[in-house]
Amino acid sequence: MGTSFRKPVAPSADKRWKIVEASMRRLGNQSHALIEALHTVQEAFGFLDADSLRFVATSLRVPLSQAFGVATFYHYFTMKPPGRHTCVVCTGTACYIKGAGKLLTDMEKQYGIKPGETTADGNVSLLTARCLGACGLAPAVVFDGQVAGKVNSADMLAKAGRWGQ
Amino acid sequence: MTPEELGEITAKQEESERQFKHRLHVCTAAGCLSSGSDKVKAALEKEVKDRGLEHQCKVKGVGCMGLCANGPLVADKPSNVMYQNVTEDDAADIVKSLDTEPVARLECPTEMPFFRRQVKIVLENCGRVDPEQIEDYIAASGYEALVKALTEYSPGEVVEQVLRSGLRGRGGAGYPTGLKWGTVAKTDADKKYVVCNADEGDPGAFMDRSVLESDPHRVLEGMAIAGYAVDATQGYIYVRAEYPLAIKNLKTAIRQAEKLGLLGNNIFGTTHSFHIELRLGAGAFVCGEETALIASIEGKRGTPRPRPPFPAAEGLWGYPTLINNVETFANIPPILRNGGDWFARIGTEKSKGTKVFALAGRVLNTGLIEVPMGITLREIIFDIGGGVPDGRNFKAVQTGGPSGGCIPAEFLDMPVDYESLKKLGSIMGSGGMIVMDDTSCMVDVAKYFMEFCMSESCGKCVPCRVGTYQMHELLEKITAGKASAKDVLVLEELCDLVMNTSLCGLGQSSPNPVLSTLRYFRNEYLAHVDEKKCPSGVCQIHSGEEVTA
Repeated sequence: MGTSFRKPVAPSADKRWKIVEASMRRLGNQSHALIEALHTVQEAFGFLDADSLRFVATSLRVPLSQAFGVATFYHYFTMKPPGRHTCVVCTGTACYIKGAGKLLTDMEKQYGIKPGETTADGNVSLLTARCLGACGLAPAVVFDGQVAGKVNSADMLAKAGRWGQ
Repeated sequence: MTPEELGEITAKQEESERQFKHRLHVCTAAGCLSSGSDKVKAALEKEVKDRGLEHQCKVKGVGCMGLCANGPLVADKPSNVMYQNVTEDDAADIVKSLDTEPVARLECPTEMPFFRRQVKIVLENCGRVDPEQIEDYIAASGYEALVKALTEYSPGEVVEQVLRSGLRGRGGAGYPTGLKWGTVAKTDADKKYVVCNADEGDPGAFMDRSVLESDPHRVLEGMAIAGYAVDATQGYIYVRAEYPLAIKNLKTAIRQAEKLGLLGNNIFGTTHSFHIELRLGAGAFVCGEETALIASIEGKRGTPRPRPPFPAAEGLWGYPTLINNVETFANIPPILRNGGDWFARIGTEKSKGTKVFALAGRVLNTGLIEVPMGITLREIIFDIGGGVPDGRNFKAVQTGGPSGGCIPAEFLDMPVDYESLKKLGSIMGSGGMIVMDDTSCMVDVAKYFMEFCMSESCGKCVPCRVGTYQMHELLEKITAGKASAKDVLVLEELCDLVMNTSLCGLGQSSPNPVLSTLRYFRNEYLAHVDEKKCPSGVCQIHSGEEVTA
């Protein structure tokens, strides 16, 4: 006890760590900045890994176990790098009633992956969302960040097909 | 900023609006945006410019107009002509027709019950003001209620107005808002907090998102008034990370309000100071529970803790904390502006005011609606919603999401209020309303919600963590045609156990979808169990040797 706190060094010279440091500094490098910091890391790098968790935990002086606990508790955080393209099928109630289940199985069949997985070539990730809140447009699918409404299987597979091999 | 300056902004804004003979309102909230309204807006702007009409016609991005299913929506003011399913290619025709007859093929009948039967208090500005312009909100009587509260009322009188209004929490449980405010106000502490719960996690609900996207200042104003009433100087909005547009509009709104001195230190020259910060959720349904939400703002895993102590006594960082939902805060400015008695005249004896619902599923007019409490389910689904499409039959309406239940056709004439819905085995909930027709299997629906509760259970208490898993297993067994009559009894016992022994609302209410479907659609369960058949043809039951267990 009593030893002075030494600021940890960022895992690499990557400039994006500056953004992460700034977000933690904005909240006074206090422990409650943990979720905000993890959001910033994921936004900058696309996912969380051991290095980033260790860096954030040390900077905010929280145990690594707590950072890992938070990162795995919340669905929004992912510890796997996403594919080049993402297809998010909404599985909210309205979408479910209007056939989101079939959309999901059709994607699974076409690409041989389950929700949360990425094709072996790293091209396409299949994800699900609890509810996009686009219930008026059910069933909804997000292709690379673009929400599409009233989607049917043929449209969906055609759109994903254009992402190439 | 002084109250007079607020008046000047209003006058200036009205003057600048009057300069335009036409104002084309384009919905830029998430629903229409997903259908390409940003492109429509750009095309309209280009068309207006190309025709040299910049000084006569203004193209304005506004919030949600409600009829999300027919988006993108465009409305011409002041003529009130409304267009639906507009594409970029329609821009020329719309601009060309401004001073002549409306474009018939695009016209949306504003006379239909969907628009006529609604009563708008929370959504009064949605589709009218530009959410990214504070002046527009001010011109629509914005921040007037805050002036009134700060300059005419004592904090106690503000609480009194909210009490008189009879407003109850719109997050679902329906606790009287005035009582909650009074409790926090009376608690003595060095520091207090106001928290806005914008972690709208119910699948099938998008009311709060629409309010935040379409009229963010209304929520800020409601929170600032609450801060004055309970003597708090810091507020937090806990908003879902999945709502990028709501986050963007809130950030803009906070910055604008701070710039004009409507948030910050010494608002309107009084001693009241109030600051608001955003905190992003990270996709955990349980964080809608208030103690879990507090844990999440503190940067921890969102697990609930036993109550009491309630957050009103010990909340964020141990200080008294007032937590209300988005829609609750959105009701506050009009209540203060018009008085609590005005609000209490709308609705039923025990449920005052209006309720915003996200109407979706197998119904013709899906979208966002606001109706007075006490309206019947039939009026909502068949008049406003336009009924079930494709000549199908109505089977059930689901309210309250994973914590609510399915209500069958025989109760369609029940009024919508907190007590009636509870009596039917459902809850008001935050406002998701999903209509189902005969293509939905009610056992499958129960399984869908149980799967949701199972994966969203935080794992802290055993009844919820293990109980939801076991109930889901049993429902799997039933839908696979492998269950016996005894399994249904075990399921009912488990419902009772989980309901009575879980730590928080998530577990306690998770059996509701099962209990309500067992109550009203028991024959469907029995068909799966006894006849190994799914009457709606949804569940894949394989006949033959598999059906032996």
